[in-house]
Amino acid sequence: MARMDCRLVVAQTNPALGDLRANMEDHLQRVEAAAGAADLILFPELSLTGYFLRDQVDEVALATDDAFLRPLLEKSRRISIAFGFVERSREGRLYNALGFLEDGRFLAVHRKVHLVTYGLFDEGRDFAAGERFRTITSRHGRFGPMICEDMWHMPSAYSYFLDDADAILVASASPARGVDAPGPGLASQRTWNVLLSATALLYRTWVVYSSRVGWEDGIGFGGGSRVLDPYANARAALEGLEPGALTATMDSAILRRARNELPLRRDEKPWILATELARHVPLLGALRGEAALKNE
Amino acid sequence: MSELDIQPALVAELLEGFLREEVGSAGLERAVVGLSGGVDSAVVAALCTRAFGASNVLAVLLPYRLSSPQSSSDAELVRQHLGLTMKRCDISAMADSYLEPERIDDRRRRGNVLARCRMIVLYDLSVEWKGLVVGTSNKSEILLGYSTQWGDGAYALNPLGDLYKHQVYQLARFLELPEEVIDKSPSADLFEGQTDEGELGFTYAEVDRLLYRLVDRRYSEEELVAEGFAREFVRRVADMVVATQFKRVAPPIAKLSRRSVGHDFRYLRDWKR
Repeated sequence: MARMDCRLVVAQTNPALGDLRANMEDHLQRVEAAAGAADLILFPELSLTGYFLRDQVDEVALATDDAFLRPLLEKSRRISIAFGFVERSREGRLYNALGFLEDGRFLAVHRKVHLVTYGLFDEGRDFAAGERFRTITSRHGRFGPMICEDMWHMPSAYSYFLDDADAILVASASPARGVDAPGPGLASQRTWNVLLSATALLYRTWVVYSSRVGWEDGIGFGGGSRVLDPYANARAALEGLEPGALTATMDSAILRRARNELPLRRDEKPWILATELARHVPLLGALRGEAALKNE
Repeated sequence: MSELDIQPALVAELLEGFLREEVGSAGLERAVVGLSGGVDSAVVAALCTRAFGASNVLAVLLPYRLSSPQSSSDAELVRQHLGLTMKRCDISAMADSYLEPERIDDRRRRGNVLARCRMIVLYDLSVEWKGLVVGTSNKSEILLGYSTQWGDGAYALNPLGDLYKHQVYQLARFLELPEEVIDKSPSADLFEGQTDEGELGFTYAEVDRLLYRLVDRRYSEEELVAEGFAREFVRRVADMVVATQFKRVAPPIAKLSRRSVGHDFRYLRDWKR
């Protein structure tokens, strides 16, 4: 498939906790403002609901065919929309999800695989975990969706790398922390910038990061939304702690050049990973007849 | 440079956002701050001024007949510096109407009564002013339990609760508060000649270094001793933290039903805000 340029808007929002109507209104306004000038808009993690939901998780959950989502689906005829919500599955499970809307329908739903359940987080109590990293083939390119902590685990980016995804889309709600000198800035944000840059470089991909701002019961969210090209240069970035929007064009020529200069995907040997994994995942080893490797 | 040093400009920006949003969550945009003449309340008043504007911050001076006159004059200095409206409410009659007939001489009991009288006035004024009571307890005090429960420990929100005293001083200098207020010895001024450090038996400089390792970095007693802290000091401070945990949590509710407030009725205060 010939790659095209993708005009992008990254929304940095401050969702109202548990207020679906207010947040939907904000989504519709931002989508309306972006439509026409952009092909894709990315919102932060749980952008339709807010983050520390606890017992509200069930109350704000939506099935993908819920009538409440119709206005947003309608808008997706003019612009593709990736947004965060609580998905109620057919089986009744609740997922921290990123919906990808295009041409008036759900093209994909990514369910957060790596729920965070340590320190100030308790997602494993409130959500079911997703099980897969599947590249979304959109009319505007091939996108690898992630939700926040997914990025800290290599199989996410690696799966999208094997799929030759054009861009990784990261929706995040990252608590702002670490104000110690000399900085500069939040320690949490500096860590994210390293992680985003490393991902762009290691996988030669565009990286799009939408991160929320605002406060929920004394916990602030760090923002810092940005778009990195495959050389890890920031093409656009929001440094403050205020809501806002970024625009950038993901240029297909840059992607092609970066991958020709350093053909990491061409030279990757995924079968080596499969062999090594067989030592750690017994069933995989048995299937490959390589269980003996475990004792080498 | 100390390992406890913060980036004051970043902290001020975060705390302004915190104040605006959490007060906004209550549908309000004004604050009430009790000014003691000390550095903590001065920093909180300055942050509130940045967040809401001077005309939306009510500074309240709450002297008792035995309070040091220095406290009032330093509070006045802060008020002038920030251009705030200040209300003065002498709590002597209110406190003495209970303390005197009951002949309460115990310093601790008297101090607690004064702190709780001040709380009553601040919360009452918050209704008239249509603003929230903003707390001034810092992380050092909160961890040591050096406060009166439901007295100075009562507030609607607190911007200083995750800053050690050392860090509050740093913020005070960044906010360019009057030197007199920054340089004086910290005191609750609940009885004559009282100073925090005299009463606690150690300095904030010492205890901040210890608490930072104990709490933020989770050092063990052995690791702290290996770093040169006296074992008795480590144990004394660790015991103070444990013994005062009741001041840092909501009181327990006996669980009886299937779903109980305080246990498994899990909503943030910012519920639908």
